[in-house]
Amino acid sequence: MEATQKQDKTTTKPKAETKEMSGAEMVIEALIEQGVDTIFGYPGGAVLPIYDALFQQDKIKHVLVRQEGGALHAAEGYARSTGKVGCALVTSGPGATNAVTGLADALLDSIPLVCITGQVPTFLIGTDAFQEADTIGITRPCTKHNFLVKDQNDLASAMHESFHIARSGRPGPVVIDIPKDIQFAQGKYVSKDEAIMHSHYKPETDPDMKAIEEAVELMANAKCPVFYTGGGIINAGEEASTLLRELVRETGFPITSTLMGLGCYPAKDKQWLGMLGMHGTFEANWAMHDCDVMICIGARFDDRVTGMTSKFSPDSKKIHVDIDASSINKNINIDIPIVADAKKTMEAMLNVWRAKKYKADQKALKSWWDRIEIWRAKNCLAYKMDDKIIKPQYALERLAHYMEQDKRECYVTTEVGQHQMWAAQFLPFNEPNRFMTSGGLGTMGYGLPAAIGVQMAHPDAFVVDVAGEASIQMNIQELATAIQYRLPVKVFILNNEWMGMVRQWQELLHGERYSETYSEALPDFVKLVEAYGGVGLRATCVDELDDVIEEMMNNDRLTVVDVMVAKTENCFPMIPSGKAHNEMILSPDASAFDKSLV
Amino acid sequence: MMSKDSTSTKKSKSIYAPTPKLAAEETHILAILVNNEPGVLARIVGFYSGRGYNIESLTVAETNHDEHLSRITIACKGTPAVIDQIKAQLKRLVPVLKVSDLTMEGRYIERELALLKIVCTGDQRADAQRDADAFCARTVDSTPNSFIFEATDTASRIDDFVAIMMPHGLVDVSRTGIAAISKGNRVIGE
Repeated sequence: MEATQKQDKTTTKPKAETKEMSGAEMVIEALIEQGVDTIFGYPGGAVLPIYDALFQQDKIKHVLVRQEGGALHAAEGYARSTGKVGCALVTSGPGATNAVTGLADALLDSIPLVCITGQVPTFLIGTDAFQEADTIGITRPCTKHNFLVKDQNDLASAMHESFHIARSGRPGPVVIDIPKDIQFAQGKYVSKDEAIMHSHYKPETDPDMKAIEEAVELMANAKCPVFYTGGGIINAGEEASTLLRELVRETGFPITSTLMGLGCYPAKDKQWLGMLGMHGTFEANWAMHDCDVMICIGARFDDRVTGMTSKFSPDSKKIHVDIDASSINKNINIDIPIVADAKKTMEAMLNVWRAKKYKADQKALKSWWDRIEIWRAKNCLAYKMDDKIIKPQYALERLAHYMEQDKRECYVTTEVGQHQMWAAQFLPFNEPNRFMTSGGLGTMGYGLPAAIGVQMAHPDAFVVDVAGEASIQMNIQELATAIQYRLPVKVFILNNEWMGMVRQWQELLHGERYSETYSEALPDFVKLVEAYGGVGLRATCVDELDDVIEEMMNNDRLTVVDVMVAKTENCFPMIPSGKAHNEMILSPDASAFDKSLV
Repeated sequence: MMSKDSTSTKKSKSIYAPTPKLAAEETHILAILVNNEPGVLARIVGFYSGRGYNIESLTVAETNHDEHLSRITIACKGTPAVIDQIKAQLKRLVPVLKVSDLTMEGRYIERELALLKIVCTGDQRADAQRDADAFCARTVDSTPNSFIFEATDTASRIDDFVAIMMPHGLVDVSRTGIAAISKGNRVIGE
């Protein structure tokens, strides 16, 4: 009653006729109203009413995954490649617990998701009922927010509020836990505009103009500036990338980005330094270390980016633009914090830069660029080519070559490990929302389901999951999903028979004791994908590689390419843990690693 | 303490960067206004434990029944950077409306209520009663061989009271944790 009274007070327009429907129908109605066209899920006892409602409509396409974890990653891929909220639907108990990894992944990478979980009926909650789990308790620390709906008349509002929370401010995953009896019960549906937002959740998005002016003045007087950008720019929408390009071009400053920010700035541009961080480029990391003004936009000074924090960019003034106040001063002390939306901030920065007719100190900037060119000349991504054995870097260079020639939009997902870093280093990312990877949580098994989500959103695009033979096996069951929906996803496996990144650390830091990193029994990936109904290809030597990639590119079916690569190739350059940006290592020179740390 | 020790010894076994040297810790009293919805306390407490922060004292009650708002008072210890991080993280939580750092924002009143049970007989009873009187504690229950004293004061004064009652046969203590409010006309979150 109270809720309706409040509503009467706040809504001025004539109230639409309240529609009576079941909880399950409300879920569908709310999804449609929120613009959802695709939902990834797996049915089970506690969500049967919702699946029944799904069956009786044709506006939302449901994608049946093979394990709930896949549904969450697919929703992540869908969300990150479209900028929309990704949606998943899973059952209670094991359905919800399987979803946990995807939720944690989306939380760390700020991916907007709404995950609907079924729950046992309200009268059974707390009785250790069949497939009962404390979903709210379990998912509390790995979601931005979660709801348990105990009254069908609150359900529609909670659905709308979930979407609002997932997409506003710093985006993240929201779980809405719906007991089965609530799905059956008849109640009143409220539309998006009438929904009662209990949380008063309204994150600050407008920048403080005084801070902007201070920041832009600092930029104008900089001698050795650098832009350090991240996934926040992608989350701020496509326009944010356009503004970033304008800002970088008008200032003439060099720019680097985190793994999550790749594509915001075109990799083919001459002001682009490449990715920074543990496996970033020499020039990017040295520029970060030696700069005098750092302009960080939408990145969070993650430990894989900063290296040793006490030695991080010691002589620079730091400007940090982030929509989440808790990201500021968390790891690195900031001189000018700006808590705001990246797009609005860059818009304001450009306005001030233009209004005050600022111009960068050309002489200083020229000598800064001269220094950067010296670092760049190190050609830090160079690797030793082999006539016969395929180097993983070479395989990706060839893939990049074919992707650049392809007329289709190209989307890349990755699993986690060496291949992920090589993909970031060697593949061309010139547009935002084209690179889907598990950056924060580092979830092996992310890439294949994410690629399925991307392909669902972009049926005509070229979508490839760059994988390792270990990671791919973590969610390989999703090959069946790709087959079921005729998705021409490509899986490009760099197969070195090792858990490469772990092996690399064991070699360099653990006295070459290769504990449990060799897979004794690998499946034949070609036969495996054929068993699922897809196409399997294999390249075992350099001569075979181009033909195989070409065949993959021209194929309109699910294709797995097993590229047998050099077994013990390491990923360089590298900042060893506990080292600074200017202590990065270019080659596998064991003496360069501080063994006392082991 | 463990991490501090391991950074001071040179032969660390960790391949990770040593923990940065910590600045001096200070105790802050935070007042947090939240929507009184199911699980809101778990969200706050879980955030503290999940990120490795400590809660020294916590009190909570609904303070606005019409709008279902609860006020949580937390005393927690940390370096200034950690306290800033705690406040920023608290503000991120969806049901949190306002966070006030009373310690930072000027003068405030802090109170805690304690109930102390003393078991004693004979001559000891007069001694116990005398010390309780000195702390302005009320006698809320009395039997031939026991007392319950009620004291309301700052947390550190309560500590003193507990210490002084110890030799008189103190067997049980119940404390509410700190409630606090800023002095003057300032309102939470402003």
